[in-house]
Amino acid sequence: MNENEIKHVIFKILKRIAPESDPSTLAPDENIRKTLDIDSFDALNFFIGLDEEMGVTVPESDYGKLNTLSEIIPYLSSRIG
Amino acid sequence: MTNDVMQKLTYREAVREAIREAMKKDDRVFLMGEDVGRYGGCFAVSKGLLEDFGPTRIRDTPLSESGFVGAGIGAALGGMRPIVEVMTVNFSLLAADQIINNAAAYLHMSGGLFNVPIVIRMATGGGRQLAAQHSRSLEGWYAHIPGIKVLSPATVEDARGMLWTALEDPDPVLIFENAGLYNMEGMLPPDIGPVDIDKARIRREGKDISIISYSASLFKSLDAAEILAKEGIEAEVIDLRTLRPLDETTFLDSVARTHRALIVDEGWRSGSISAEISSRIMESAFYELDAPVERLCSAEVPLPYARHLEEAALPQVNKIAALVKKMVGTHG
Amino acid sequence: MAEFRMPSLGSDMLEGTLVEWLVKPGDRVKRRDAVAVVETDKAAIEIEVYEEGIIETILAQPGQKIAVGAIMAVIRTEAGKKAETPEKATLKDASQLLAEGASVPAEDKEKKLPSIPEVEARRIKVSPYARRLAAERSVDLSTIAGTGPDGAIGATDVERTTATVITQPAEKAPPTPIEETPREASQKEAPPAAPAAERHAAKDYQTAMRRAIAAAMARSKREIPHYYLQMRLDMSSTLRWLESENLKRPIKNRILPVVPLIKGVSLALRDVPELNGYWIDDRHQISEAINLGFVIALRQGGLIAPAILNADEKCLDELMDAMRDLIVRTRSGGLRSSEMTDATVTVTNLGDLGVETVYGVIYPPQVALIGFGKTMEQPWAENGMLGVRPILMATLAADHRATDGHRGAQFLDALNRHLQEPSNL
Repeated sequence: MNENEIKHVIFKILKRIAPESDPSTLAPDENIRKTLDIDSFDALNFFIGLDEEMGVTVPESDYGKLNTLSEIIPYLSSRIG
Repeated sequence: MTNDVMQKLTYREAVREAIREAMKKDDRVFLMGEDVGRYGGCFAVSKGLLEDFGPTRIRDTPLSESGFVGAGIGAALGGMRPIVEVMTVNFSLLAADQIINNAAAYLHMSGGLFNVPIVIRMATGGGRQLAAQHSRSLEGWYAHIPGIKVLSPATVEDARGMLWTALEDPDPVLIFENAGLYNMEGMLPPDIGPVDIDKARIRREGKDISIISYSASLFKSLDAAEILAKEGIEAEVIDLRTLRPLDETTFLDSVARTHRALIVDEGWRSGSISAEISSRIMESAFYELDAPVERLCSAEVPLPYARHLEEAALPQVNKIAALVKKMVGTHG
Repeated sequence: MAEFRMPSLGSDMLEGTLVEWLVKPGDRVKRRDAVAVVETDKAAIEIEVYEEGIIETILAQPGQKIAVGAIMAVIRTEAGKKAETPEKATLKDASQLLAEGASVPAEDKEKKLPSIPEVEARRIKVSPYARRLAAERSVDLSTIAGTGPDGAIGATDVERTTATVITQPAEKAPPTPIEETPREASQKEAPPAAPAAERHAAKDYQTAMRRAIAAAMARSKREIPHYYLQMRLDMSSTLRWLESENLKRPIKNRILPVVPLIKGVSLALRDVPELNGYWIDDRHQISEAINLGFVIALRQGGLIAPAILNADEKCLDELMDAMRDLIVRTRSGGLRSSEMTDATVTVTNLGDLGVETVYGVIYPPQVALIGFGKTMEQPWAENGMLGVRPILMATLAADHRATDGHRGAQFLDALNRHLQEPSNL
């Protein structure tokens, strides 16, 4: 899975959680939770989505490190089997 | 002046002309009250009459309402036709004993022997920044008393025509002139004669609601009806003219057509003439009602002096329009 | 026979628009079945039935605006086989309804005396003139939705009914004239009435919700003398316990920190029940059930606070599931009427965005609202030692007519106590 494909999956999950939003307009360093107005339930659903779509289980302790696309994409690509 | 030329007259002039005509027609008629002679009347109603009729028929009195109203009752019992001017309804409280205990009761207590054909005129109403003690609207209160008639001419025509009819009445008649109306102008035919004092009038026809009012509130109601007409609400506006005896036929018939009633009354709402009208509608037109009867009255406070507070306390055009809109609701 | 009436889905609701029926005549229904979808100012809600029986007649049509308390359908119940006409039932007054309530079987009684009694026991209001008109024109008043104040039926409602009865075959437009929508477009589509109404509802949805919130919140600030108490809660033990619990779980079953807070509130309300209930008609009504309204913000603006029913009886997993489910259904539509009306207290959590302290506005006729801010590491002195702890500011906004500060303090103290023993939650 290359970076673009990962980004595509992330957008798909975000779109499911926040249908009114347009995740493709997110800048790499933008805080996703704040920009898309995502609460803790949405965030959990996002991580569940990553688990289901890519098989990456994010431990709770890493939640705080994953705020922007530029943080999430390398994190995922290093963990996809 | 020919008969077909209309004459422009203020309410004040209309009252004056009515007095003048009565004085000319019947030499038993005389005018008595504080400052009515040399000063020309507190509201300038009787200006010039002293010159025309002399001090025996235009009589200045001391500041003693109980005294000169009592003297008027005596004169009436003695065969005269006195017009007694009490400067304002506020001061009539000093003469309340004469009016209520004497004038109103004599015919009854004398076993039908003595009528008291007195006419008592007084100014009433608020809205002129004269504060609580000079702004009362107590005509509804007098309408509580059997034995007297209570008139409240709103139009120039009624100001001109009611006096003679009142003088011809064998019993005491109180005429309440809203001081805010004295400068109002109206067009009258010069040969205008006396008018009846026992029927209310529909001043504007409409099918959606009956606004029942009298005196100065009549014009606020008519203005509100004008605004409402632009929004498609046709309000019928009734001028009661006489508060006692109350012509209920006119407003009951109106409510039977419109199915809604709003009473606009400058008096306070508790124990008021508006309460009386509301009761009669409930008693006699309940099955015609499509909405509860509503009342717009003055706030239950001594009328404030400050202009904005006084305006807020009195019924106003915008309040009438808003209330009607609420009552007519999803109409149409 | 029983009438199925438009329920009140909030103290500020006057009417709702019927979107669709989920049942048809002849269908058998039981208690708590969802029978229709109604669009209110807040959301599309599935409304439930509280009778067992068979749908006899359906009176309201999709697209129609229906006043609270107006009859939407007639249900043939097992008990009421003796044919009683709906009109006769309509004319019953409230006292009669209550008197009957005394003699009906227990299950029925629950319907007659629900948690907010003022709503269901409401009789249909008809103006005297409208009643006379209806008699003259042989109109069944129970089939009319009133548009007057408090949903009263006025003469125009009767007139409109007789007018639509006559013209019905020609045009099946919704009875209340709404603004013009492109006619040709809606006529090409199969059912003509519903899409127009829906489009209208969607367009004005935001405004309507804003108005509903405005009405409720203005009433709250106008009528409720709020008092506020706040307490700093040391969340160390709760979070430590939660972290170890979540480590054991697959990601799908992880529990969010707000869940123990909700459970803590529910248990504290058992200890201090005075904060759980309503203030209605100058009377404090304590609720036995703890139905916890949870404020869910909508991204496009506005909020809905559906209830987690019997929150105190649910374990953390059940609460997590319930909340997840509520959030999905709140944002996608499909809340049920009981969830909209039954909340006995409200919790709002604004910590996600970093808010420290929440001063809440109580949702009338409830008597309390609990607010949570963000859990933040802060200096915390204890036993003469200074440490850094995760601290959460919990606030209570409570109705001073119903309770006093002392009760409020007891509640916050109880909340703190429960959160310090997370394994018992």
